[in-house]
Amino acid sequence: MNDATTLTLYLGAIGLLAIGIGGLVLARHLFRVVMALAIAEAGANLLLVLTGFRWDAVAPILTGADRAPMVDPVPQALVLTAIVIGVGVQALALALAIRLRQAYGTLDLRLIRARMAAEIDGAAGLAPAGSRDRPAGERPLPPPQPAALPGETRP
Amino acid sequence: MPTARLATLGPLLFAAGFAFLLAVLVAGLPFGAPPMTVGQAIQGDAAGTVGAANFVTAVVLAYRGIDTLGELSILFAAAMAAGLVLGRPGERRAGAAPAGFILRAGADLLFPLLLVVGLYIILHGHLTPGGGFQGGVILAAAFVVPVLADPGRPPEHRRLAWVEGLAGAAFIATGLAALAWDHEFLAPLLGRGTLGSLVSAGTLPLLYLAVGLKVGAELTGLLVRMTEADGEAPR
Repeated sequence: MNDATTLTLYLGAIGLLAIGIGGLVLARHLFRVVMALAIAEAGANLLLVLTGFRWDAVAPILTGADRAPMVDPVPQALVLTAIVIGVGVQALALALAIRLRQAYGTLDLRLIRARMAAEIDGAAGLAPAGSRDRPAGERPLPPPQPAALPGETRP
Repeated sequence: MPTARLATLGPLLFAAGFAFLLAVLVAGLPFGAPPMTVGQAIQGDAAGTVGAANFVTAVVLAYRGIDTLGELSILFAAAMAAGLVLGRPGERRAGAAPAGFILRAGADLLFPLLLVVGLYIILHGHLTPGGGFQGGVILAAAFVVPVLADPGRPPEHRRLAWVEGLAGAAFIATGLAALAWDHEFLAPLLGRGTLGSLVSAGTLPLLYLAVGLKVGAELTGLLVRMTEADGEAPR
């Protein structure tokens, strides 16, 4: 039973970390990136707390005269620090996301990238980068004109 | 499209490999028998040296006090950067719909309740689970709920900044007072008191009170500023 508990706890922590990191690199929506960061943080914190765990031990708080064995308080204090710093990081990330949405009207990373590139090119006075629909530069030939009919005058 | 599938496969492989690496590392750890001796030493030492019944608080404020100061500065830097990015606190949205009676009355009812719970958790941080960070977040909730319920209420950024600055200064001043009394920086002063009573553990409750007020003011300012940020660019 102990082995199963251990396996479950570690699988949970590592699974959260893997999900968070996978989401971090896969997500295209900026808010989902921030959420993935939060999930990865939760996994890391859980892993850290697990390192201080002891079987048959109580929380590291003195409640009476009897001294039961306690779990290690140091990882818990570290995780307390990590959670608070995580909140700060998430707040900063969300603030940046709010500004990005104000500037570009979307949180889709591909759209943001395209609009940002267009803005930078526009500010630098460059033509927009070429695409299949809109090739860069002049067309090599002037557009063909219909041949004039005999007897017709053109303006 | 094969290229798009390939681009998805790479990150997935990376995440799976990372998980595998962690699993291999964890498999070498003795679970349930922490190999660290620092925790054992602190458990034997904390009750006599610091006098806090909650050993996590003893670690956070007494053994690693300067670390907590660094943590507070990181939080301050993050809050300041977020404020910088979001810009000056502007005017309230004019078109915000006024809240209904139930929402406003509920927020007003909740405010003193949250205040009491937050202060209780801060002041009992050295006895029970909780402390300045946890209670500070509850204090922030107490001040943000009325703002959410009534968006027309004018924000009080100036007062928040004063509370935040004074709390941070109080934390550092407590540490400097320890220096002046020939102790290490942020060493607990004022005697240990009776283990388990409210007035015990020297300056630790005062330090946690400063932490709680600072965290509460910082988070309140941050959240209020985020609610002010509108969809339109404030050019």
